[in-house]
Amino acid sequence: MTIVRKATSGTSDSSDAFVIIEPSETLEINVESVVFNQYGKAITEAVRKTLKELGVEKASVSVKDRGAIDCVIQARVETAVIRASQEVKK
Amino acid sequence: MRRSMLFIPGNSPNLLMNADVLGSDSIILDLEDAVSPAEKDSARILVRNLLKTFPYDNCEIIVRINSVDTEFWKKDLEEILPYKPDMIMPPKTSCAKDVKTVSSYIAKLERKLGFAKNTIKLIPLIETALGVENAYEIASADPRVAAIFLGAEDLSADLRCKRTKEGTEILYARQRLVVAARAANVDVYDTPFTDVNDDEGIIKDAAFAKSLGFTGKASISPRHVDPINTVFSPSKADIEYAHQVMQAIEDAKAQGKGVVALRGKMIDAPVVERARQTIEMEKAIYGV
Repeated sequence: MTIVRKATSGTSDSSDAFVIIEPSETLEINVESVVFNQYGKAITEAVRKTLKELGVEKASVSVKDRGAIDCVIQARVETAVIRASQEVKK
Repeated sequence: MRRSMLFIPGNSPNLLMNADVLGSDSIILDLEDAVSPAEKDSARILVRNLLKTFPYDNCEIIVRINSVDTEFWKKDLEEILPYKPDMIMPPKTSCAKDVKTVSSYIAKLERKLGFAKNTIKLIPLIETALGVENAYEIASADPRVAAIFLGAEDLSADLRCKRTKEGTEILYARQRLVVAARAANVDVYDTPFTDVNDDEGIIKDAAFAKSLGFTGKASISPRHVDPINTVFSPSKADIEYAHQVMQAIEDAKAQGKGVVALRGKMIDAPVVERARQTIEMEKAIYGV
């Protein structure tokens, strides 16, 4: 998938993650998390894995995590990618 | 055993992750009214991922999809069905055709996924005047239908009346659904009680639903789950009586008697059937 516009998904609620994705010439992942020290690496890896599965090679992804588990982070990233890549309905 | 069903908003990770420890026999993962139109895609993917990851061993899984007059319902089924929810709840079901539309799309997906026919059951939500009038037709529309469920909030809007705690405005609908369900040999569930803070009101409302013949009741608050489970569980006295009935039947058989009395009352077929159902519930609740 190709990222063609900025899109967001998720919320700032506890156990959720807010994801912002924008077009970029490279792949950049930026994670802010209340548990960054313990899980920062795992969160980044979950994001990277989801982007790979969706065929996204270039994007700027920002994740503001509020204690979300992997499958929630992956769901929010997937939603943001689809929103950032699909054609806008007229 | 399904005494209680708890609604869980489909776009709320915190509630979804903890849903199966709240004590409800079933959880309804809601993709419809609890999710705004702009977030339907997000909730669908989130619920799909949670179903994929969490075993949800302690309860039955029901997913309320969007109604057949929206653009969302087919995608809801396509994302969710691979993870085998126990039941699908199509909302605003007004006639047999609504049931068949959903059932035939599920059948198509079951074939594609290699599931046995009719693996996924249906619990149509009846919340329109037309749906209430067509309750028997809906309950008997398809082998997939395992239960029907009354939604009083939307119904009272359709009836153009106020929704009240007393529930006079939905009495006909409640009774009609119970009769229709029993005639079609499926279960039937009562509408949620919407005052989350009224601890006495929920017990009274659940007890009334039980007295009309409902199998159980839905709730929108975890706080209502225990009262609903208590009301729809047989009491110790009911269980004791049920065992006495079955023992009396066994004793009569052994003595070659055709007519059985217990505590001065004749035991006929309906009494035996109620005793059997009570003992089944005892086994399901207490594992005896």
